[in-house]
Amino acid sequence: MTTAQHESPTSRPAAGMRVALMATCLTDTLYPHTARAVVTLLERLGCTVEFPLSQTCCGQMHFNTGYRDDATRLASRMNEVFDGYTAVVAPSGSCAAMVRDIYPKLPGVGEDLAHRMYELSEFLVDVLGVTDVGAYFPHRVTYHPTCHSLRMLGVGERPLQLLRAVRGIDLIELPAAESCCGFGGTFAVKNAETSSAMLSDKMRCVLNTGAEVLTAGDNSCLMHIGGGLSRLRTGVHTLHLADILASTEEDPWHVTQ
Amino acid sequence: MARNPVTWMGVPTFPKAAQEALGDSQLRSNLRHATHTIRDKRAAAVGEVPDWERLRRAGEAIKDETLAHLDTYLQKLEAAVTSRGGVVHWARDAAEANAIVLKLARAAGADEVVKVKSMATAEIGLNEALEEGGVTAIETDLAELIVQLGNDRPSHILVPAIHRNRSEVREIFRNQMPEAPADLSSEPKALAEAARRHLRKKFLSAKVAVSGANFAVADTGSIMVVESEGNGRMCLTLPQTLITVMGIEKLVPTSRDLEVFLQLLPRSSTAERMNPYTSMWTGVTPGDGPQEFHLILLDNGRTATLSDPVGRQALRCIRCSACLNVCPVYERTGGQSYGSVYPGPIGAILTPQLVDDPHDKQAASLPFASSLCGACFEVCPVRIDIPEVLTHLRARAVAEKSKMSPEALAMSAMATMFADPRKYALAQRAGAAAAKLAPSGSVSRLPFPGSRWTATRDMPMPATESFRTWWKTNRKDSDE
Amino acid sequence: MSDARTAILHRVRDALSDRPMAGDIPRDYDLHRDYPDLLELAQERIADYKADVRRVSPAQVGTEITAALARRGAARVIAPPGLPTDWRTPEVTWLDDTPLGLDELDAADAVVTGCAVTIAETGTIVLDAGPTQGRRALTLVPDYHLCVIEAHQVVATVPEALARLDTTRPLTFISGPSATSDIELDRVEGVHGPRTLDVLLIES
Repeated sequence: MTTAQHESPTSRPAAGMRVALMATCLTDTLYPHTARAVVTLLERLGCTVEFPLSQTCCGQMHFNTGYRDDATRLASRMNEVFDGYTAVVAPSGSCAAMVRDIYPKLPGVGEDLAHRMYELSEFLVDVLGVTDVGAYFPHRVTYHPTCHSLRMLGVGERPLQLLRAVRGIDLIELPAAESCCGFGGTFAVKNAETSSAMLSDKMRCVLNTGAEVLTAGDNSCLMHIGGGLSRLRTGVHTLHLADILASTEEDPWHVTQ
Repeated sequence: MARNPVTWMGVPTFPKAAQEALGDSQLRSNLRHATHTIRDKRAAAVGEVPDWERLRRAGEAIKDETLAHLDTYLQKLEAAVTSRGGVVHWARDAAEANAIVLKLARAAGADEVVKVKSMATAEIGLNEALEEGGVTAIETDLAELIVQLGNDRPSHILVPAIHRNRSEVREIFRNQMPEAPADLSSEPKALAEAARRHLRKKFLSAKVAVSGANFAVADTGSIMVVESEGNGRMCLTLPQTLITVMGIEKLVPTSRDLEVFLQLLPRSSTAERMNPYTSMWTGVTPGDGPQEFHLILLDNGRTATLSDPVGRQALRCIRCSACLNVCPVYERTGGQSYGSVYPGPIGAILTPQLVDDPHDKQAASLPFASSLCGACFEVCPVRIDIPEVLTHLRARAVAEKSKMSPEALAMSAMATMFADPRKYALAQRAGAAAAKLAPSGSVSRLPFPGSRWTATRDMPMPATESFRTWWKTNRKDSDE
Repeated sequence: MSDARTAILHRVRDALSDRPMAGDIPRDYDLHRDYPDLLELAQERIADYKADVRRVSPAQVGTEITAALARRGAARVIAPPGLPTDWRTPEVTWLDDTPLGLDELDAADAVVTGCAVTIAETGTIVLDAGPTQGRRALTLVPDYHLCVIEAHQVVATVPEALARLDTTRPLTFISGPSATSDIELDRVEGVHGPRTLDVLLIES
């Protein structure tokens, strides 16, 4: 990519813009480092990040499993939690897609939040207008475009644009990248065997790249693929895009995280 | 009400059937090869068309218009077919349709009928019903013939024998085709030649043919059948009597609408610019083709599907099977796991609606047979939002279940926890405490139902410090 | 079965009691597309289906028909009722559809026809049972079909072709010879319909 070479890593394109972080329940509980990485990254770019503490879960799992009343209850809550913020950013394609595509269809929830909701790479590229975020990550990395980022949100090339601008990175294309990893929320449990079959094909593709790190815009898919890679003792790490983008020469990512 | 034969009697729920299919390495390899081949071909065929998205929108709108005024268009079609010398019959369900075909075949003095590949007649179990009535149905499409001779079930909408490779087909032909040469090779060309010889005499002597319909034009009463091998043309042209069984949703309002579907269907289904043969006829043409034409309009669960404002979009389906070929679930499990003539993503939303029985556990399991990856919606030529209908039907299935089921109780408990940030934070802390028991940060074996995850995947444990705890400790001043 | 009719129409109306709104049908797709050489496109696209396609001048038609039939070893050839007389070359025996029985069609070596319209983009020949084509069985039972297309019959797109056709006539859209992909999605030309399709494109 020949993106804006003039952007210096210290430029602060956001200039004090106030952003609400929707951490997602999964990242908050299991991968807090990703949420901290989002904060680090956005602040480095000049944003003022806020984290409304009353946020919990967007309701996606309930919705996708058929529990609509529960999903609606949780969606209405999140609507109130993020009332008043002009931009809400989530490090998750599927949770952002839940808010953007599904919330407007739920009774009484409305479209208001949907219009203010951004997945991280969309926010960086479209709103802040940056692709070089000043990151440093000297590792061999491959990228899995999660289904909801790809097909519901349509984030397209944005995550790859961001990754290509990372200094030191050795970015390898993932074969059959657009194939689902088999997570699918409760699908992974209800249809565990089929999910595992999909997972094994995804892992084979990841291993064929020789990458040390598999990244994606969604910790839920990474939890699934990473759980498989860990079970097989492959030594391949899974790491959210935000963790890579937050990593700098001064404060690089360490495997032990 | 009689059981709808759209699903096969006695098949297990999807997860169970899939488990068995996943263990069949031959099947896995056949499916992988076939789905990837056609997937790539389709992408190329569609990539050639600059106005593809506009055609999809037009296709969607034409079908929606048809469905919104289906009663009017059906009556128009009936009048047009009748005025051109055809006879129109109506069938509420499979049994009624089968009885009409049997009666017509007998009236024509036929003890066997040749058949064009047709989803509608597969759905109603016509072959079995005719057999019971003493009439033999001969499938003439190569793949249908492979399935019929192999005493097998179909596994794909377009290529029902997709689960078989060439060696398996050769075995079936050698065992079931008396005239097949002993040294029959497994080359597709030789196998196609064997099928040609097997069926040639049947075509030239058949009195009655049975077909489905890809499209019917309400305005003119014209019927269209799209095919490749010429077996369709044989059936639609040579016998004296033609019986067409058509789902009531197969209509388009005007013949102009075909200009959209003749572009959408071939590229989506066989991934060609155009399929080799398309036949179109209107009633009876003196001196050309069948001199007796019967059209059977079939409901069999379609009106039940139509009554659901979200689910009714499944009736836009033109049976192209593009969604099967891109589906990651179908690619691994194959079509027979769905237990229905309609497998894959479209089957997962169409079958339970046609079955229309909330207590049918097999049908109710189908909407869950998806990771909601959305690849199906992306390729659907009539823009059926399959993921939307899947989650809608999941909600219907949940509504039928007891609120006291373990899953419902767990879901409700979780929703209650998520609804209260204090309870949520407490649960996180409890999780973090439990995580201390797993120093590696993940667990490899959880009790049921977590075992369904940990059979193949490690499970991360909650972090010792959640993000919110970190935020409260380090940043709280900027918030609340 | 009038009760089934009443019942189904009643069910349909019940199912639509929410009065779903159908929007206007957007017809903003392309009706026509321009190509520098339509005949060349038609030739290329028909040939993609493994048909033999040659461009010939009007004066050459008779000779080319003779040559094509000779190449395929066809001696007894079916002629639709309105086949132009200069296409009925003297080198072969022409069988007129008087009408011919199925056995006679099956015993013939070939059929020569014209067409109603040809779609260049998709490489599709459309027959409408007109005088140069005859009834549908003529182009179905013989194993070899030689189709002669005149330049003015070639259009670029599917919508253009449909606009030229009377869709209430018996129509057959032909894109290459009979084919199947039913075994491992491996395309094989020639199953039940004519296994060989040759095309002569007459330049204007």
